[in-house]
Amino acid sequence: MGDWGLTETSMDNYEISSLSHVEMSPSRHNNLMSAYSLPSSKSSYSVISAFCTEDNIPQCISYINQELGSLGLAAHIQADPPGRASLNAAPALNAMYELLQIHRRTMNSVEELEKEQLKKTSTLEHMQTSNSRLKDQLELSIREKSGLHETERQLQLKLKTLQSCLKTEKDEVQKLQSIIASRASQYSHDAKRKEREAAKLKERLSQLLVDRKDKKLAIEMLNSLGRSDGKRSHWKTAKATASREAEMYKSLLSDYEASQRALMLENAELQKVLQQMKKEMMHILSPCPPLNRGGSAEESQELGDSDREERSAETSRETLDQSCEHAREQLTNSIRQQWRKLRNHVQKLDNQASLVQNQPPSNAEVIPLETHEQEVERMRLEVQQCKEFIHAQQQLLQQQLNTSFDDETAALLNGCYTLEEKERLKEEWRLFDEQKRNFEKERKNFTEAAIRLGREKRAFEEDRAAWLKHQFLSMTPFADRMRSSSSDGQSALSVKSEPEIKTSSSKVPPVKSSAYTTFSTPKPSKSAAVPSTIDVCRTLRLIPDYSSSRHSNQRRWQESGATEDEESWLKSKSKVCSSDLSIFSLDEDKNPLT
Amino acid sequence: MNFSEVFKQSNQLCKVSPDGKYLATCVQYRLVIRDVNTLQILNLYTCLDQISHMEWSSDSLFILCAMYKRGLVQVWSLEQPDWHCKIDEGSIGLVSSRWSPDGRHILNTTEFHLRITVWSLCTKAVSYIKYPKACQKGLDFSRDGCYMALAERRDCKDYVSIFVCDDWHLLRHFETETQDLSGLEWSPNGCVLAVWESCLEYKMLLYSLDGRLLSTYSAYEWSLGIKSVSWSPSSQFLAIGSFDEKVRILNHITWKKIAQFEHPAIIDNTKTVYKEIEKRPAVSSDEMSLHDITVASSLFSTQSKYDISPLPVQIPVVKPDPDRANPKIGVSALAFSSDSRYIATKNGGFQVHSLNWHCSGDSLILIGKDQLCLCYMDADQNNQ
Repeated sequence: MGDWGLTETSMDNYEISSLSHVEMSPSRHNNLMSAYSLPSSKSSYSVISAFCTEDNIPQCISYINQELGSLGLAAHIQADPPGRASLNAAPALNAMYELLQIHRRTMNSVEELEKEQLKKTSTLEHMQTSNSRLKDQLELSIREKSGLHETERQLQLKLKTLQSCLKTEKDEVQKLQSIIASRASQYSHDAKRKEREAAKLKERLSQLLVDRKDKKLAIEMLNSLGRSDGKRSHWKTAKATASREAEMYKSLLSDYEASQRALMLENAELQKVLQQMKKEMMHILSPCPPLNRGGSAEESQELGDSDREERSAETSRETLDQSCEHAREQLTNSIRQQWRKLRNHVQKLDNQASLVQNQPPSNAEVIPLETHEQEVERMRLEVQQCKEFIHAQQQLLQQQLNTSFDDETAALLNGCYTLEEKERLKEEWRLFDEQKRNFEKERKNFTEAAIRLGREKRAFEEDRAAWLKHQFLSMTPFADRMRSSSSDGQSALSVKSEPEIKTSSSKVPPVKSSAYTTFSTPKPSKSAAVPSTIDVCRTLRLIPDYSSSRHSNQRRWQESGATEDEESWLKSKSKVCSSDLSIFSLDEDKNPLT
Repeated sequence: MNFSEVFKQSNQLCKVSPDGKYLATCVQYRLVIRDVNTLQILNLYTCLDQISHMEWSSDSLFILCAMYKRGLVQVWSLEQPDWHCKIDEGSIGLVSSRWSPDGRHILNTTEFHLRITVWSLCTKAVSYIKYPKACQKGLDFSRDGCYMALAERRDCKDYVSIFVCDDWHLLRHFETETQDLSGLEWSPNGCVLAVWESCLEYKMLLYSLDGRLLSTYSAYEWSLGIKSVSWSPSSQFLAIGSFDEKVRILNHITWKKIAQFEHPAIIDNTKTVYKEIEKRPAVSSDEMSLHDITVASSLFSTQSKYDISPLPVQIPVVKPDPDRANPKIGVSALAFSSDSRYIATKNGGFQVHSLNWHCSGDSLILIGKDQLCLCYMDADQNNQ
């Protein structure tokens, strides 16, 4: 085996190459034959020459023998003279022959195998084609099956509907049958009734024919009655029939008129309601910028504009003739339009609200739901409160009215009120009377005072006059003592009663005038003696005053009673007197008056 | 509530006079007049035969007593008990007799509806109206007593004649579009005449006073139709009760249905249902669906009380025999209250003979075969 080891590689090479040579041949039958038909090919020679050389003949022989033994062949190659390069021909030929046999046999088996393989590939192909064909068929049949399922289902449905139709039809048929049955029974019943009646008629007729004793129809009354309405009956004339007709038509017409009136009223009311609705809808749809978003604000602006235009046009048209068909149509059309707009608007608002709800409430323009609701709640509360307030007020008002309508309490209350008023009035009257009395008293006092004052004044004047006169006279060469007595007398005169004063005063004017003149004349002379200013004063003041006062005094005294003029006069007099007195007081010492 | 003693009567002929002062009852062949307040017998009249029908005249001065078998009508006077009047129809027979609205004419329908004889008590004159129709309600006087509508049938066609009650002359005569007219009724305002077909066809025709057809109404075909009809007192509504257990209300402006009421076997949608519970189980119980407090008062000793039944209430329904004619199904009685706010209906085969409202519209009287019941409405509720 050591030899093997050495020569193994070369043997291997040789084997491999020979094996490869041999392996190539099974696949190619021809090549094999050609390979063996050319025994003298160079390659084979080269192989053989490579394998066996002159040197290693025994090794080759032993190796070949081993191979032959392993192949199971009995023949062995022997070297004829052992150790020589030539071979024994017979065993070699036998070995070759056996190898050829083996080869032939293997060739045959290869052929057969190839045939087998061919057959098998053809059958395989066949199987494959048939398989694919069958698969196609299978798919087709599956599709067919589903199609058939589908049709079956539809047919089932149809069947069901047809069954239900059949059921309804059957029910209807039953109903109709029952109807027919009832009608038939009704008919038969009626027919029987009529037959019975006819039979009775016949019977009665036959009875009458037999009887022949006709009981006359008659009426027995004790006495005729009067007509229910007390009037006499009228003859039947054409005029009467015409009047009946007229009455009938009148009643019909009045009924129609009444219903028409009612319908007109209803119609007017409904129209009013529609108008109101329309106005309100317009109002709702009119633009309100803070509530809408930009785009919708524009839209609503447009709506508002169109609304306004429509409004003006329509109101003018509608107010013209409400009962006109045209106007009615317009009204209904405009209502429909407005309603559509309102609906769209509400839908938009709904969308907006839903969007707002979906988004976080960041948009300040849209009022969030909660605040809206709060507002609404607040307004509701307010409304409730207002209502309660109004209610309470109404109740109070009712109470008041009721109490005023209630006779007894009203009378009592009225009595109370009038009593109060009466008492008040009484008070006031009392006060008034008091005041009046007071005034009277005061007036009296005043008059008395005035009278006294007047008298005193007069007395004073007279005294003064007397004194002046006395002075004057004393100053003058006339030393008339009678003047002093007259001054006394004059002063006494002042105390005398009025008529005397009057008479004296009546006498006095001419005397006075003369005295006046007499007084006037001495005055300037007196004044020459007395400083002129004082005289002027006196003359200016005293004389006019005096005369005026005197004249007025006389005149006034001639007047009667205490009057208002007197009061005022007294007041003025008192003033004058006071002024006079003041003058007098000034000039008293220096101005003697007689 | 107090009850008087029980008085005898026959044929259910007890009527209070129109002026409300007298009560007339018939006992066999006697006519008894009592004072309503004291129930003292004021007058007693004797007729020649058993009285079949008795009616007060409209002015409460006369009473007619009709004896159909003998074909006689006797008239009695209240003021003058000695006064008497006897009308003999002779061999022609008598089927019905009634007063005219003025209380001075008597209309007798002869046997077989051969003719209507109009007897005048003022002049003893007679007039005849030929071919009156024998139907459920072939004659109706308008409420003001001016006009009379009469259904006639000549040559298998229906006609309506309108007479003026003053002198009985024919105002209008027109053919109606009906196959078999079953009834007619004036509206309370006297301007519209409702004419309806027999129950084989549901058809309601409305004619105006001068004979023009205003409208027709038909709810359905083929099934049995109209059973009862009632006008509302304001003439605004016409209630039609039919065999399909429904009441339909028409309005007077368009003559179209504005409301429909049903009588289902299971009541679920009304406000309250009152069920009469009787202590004597032998008598059948009446059940009606009303809307308010009901006070039961029966003439006899059976005490009934009314309980509010919880909804839904199942009304015992007796299926009528479909082979018989005029089955006992459907709405057979209708009555409007006087203010037209309520309508009472009777459906089915209940033992209620008539429904009548009190003139104030507050209470309803149900008269059964043996009993009567008064129902008072509460002022607060105002459902239909």
